[in-house]
Amino acid sequence: MITLTDTPFSPSKALEAFQTRAKGAGAIVTFSGLVRDQASGSEVTGLHLQAYSPMTERGIEAAVEQAKRRWPLDAVEIIHRTGDMAAFEPIVFVATASAHRRAAFEAADFLMDYLKTEAVFWKKETTAEGERWIEPRAEDYEDSARWRTTDTETA
Amino acid sequence: MAEILYFGRLSDVTGRHAETLDIPVTITDTAALRRWLDERNEARGALLEKTVRLAVNSEIVADPHPVSDRDEIAFLPPVGGG
Repeated sequence: MITLTDTPFSPSKALEAFQTRAKGAGAIVTFSGLVRDQASGSEVTGLHLQAYSPMTERGIEAAVEQAKRRWPLDAVEIIHRTGDMAAFEPIVFVATASAHRRAAFEAADFLMDYLKTEAVFWKKETTAEGERWIEPRAEDYEDSARWRTTDTETA
Repeated sequence: MAEILYFGRLSDVTGRHAETLDIPVTITDTAALRRWLDERNEARGALLEKTVRLAVNSEIVADPHPVSDRDEIAFLPPVGGG
């Protein structure tokens, strides 16, 4: 399940709901991403995230399908914030369920790399110096490149 | 009427996130549309950048792609992830 929301959400409630949905799985891995209060040395007071529906959702769905082909997953849940956020607010939640932990860990890591680098979002930070749109970082691309195997390159 | 959307920093460049307008009959593809809107918005080449992709009805296209007066056309700067 993929949800984009412009209102705050609770990762712990999301986990509870996911656990019910993934009943029978032996392993659940979750990742919660929070808005950082620091960026390149300056204090971040706010973050704005823009999505383009339905393109953003379609891209995430394709990444989930790719993860399901690669690992034996019982269930996947992704919640992503859009709009205006304050420091320390949850911005992303990823949950994966599988029979065993390895697949759940790896699939969650894979999905986060997609969300951090390739997902269709535009991000603007507010600091004391003003507002600034954030461009992709080279190391984010390297994290994502870790997953590129022969099967995804030719896909 | 066509719906034009500007994402990320491009909304700062054009001063708006969206605009609804009549595309002149002489503008028939995305390359011509970029030039026309760049001039109209005084965007100083921001809408012509190669890294800015265009989506027509939420499908990313390669220039030059046909456009009509009923399309939703989005200007997409490089995506930064979440």
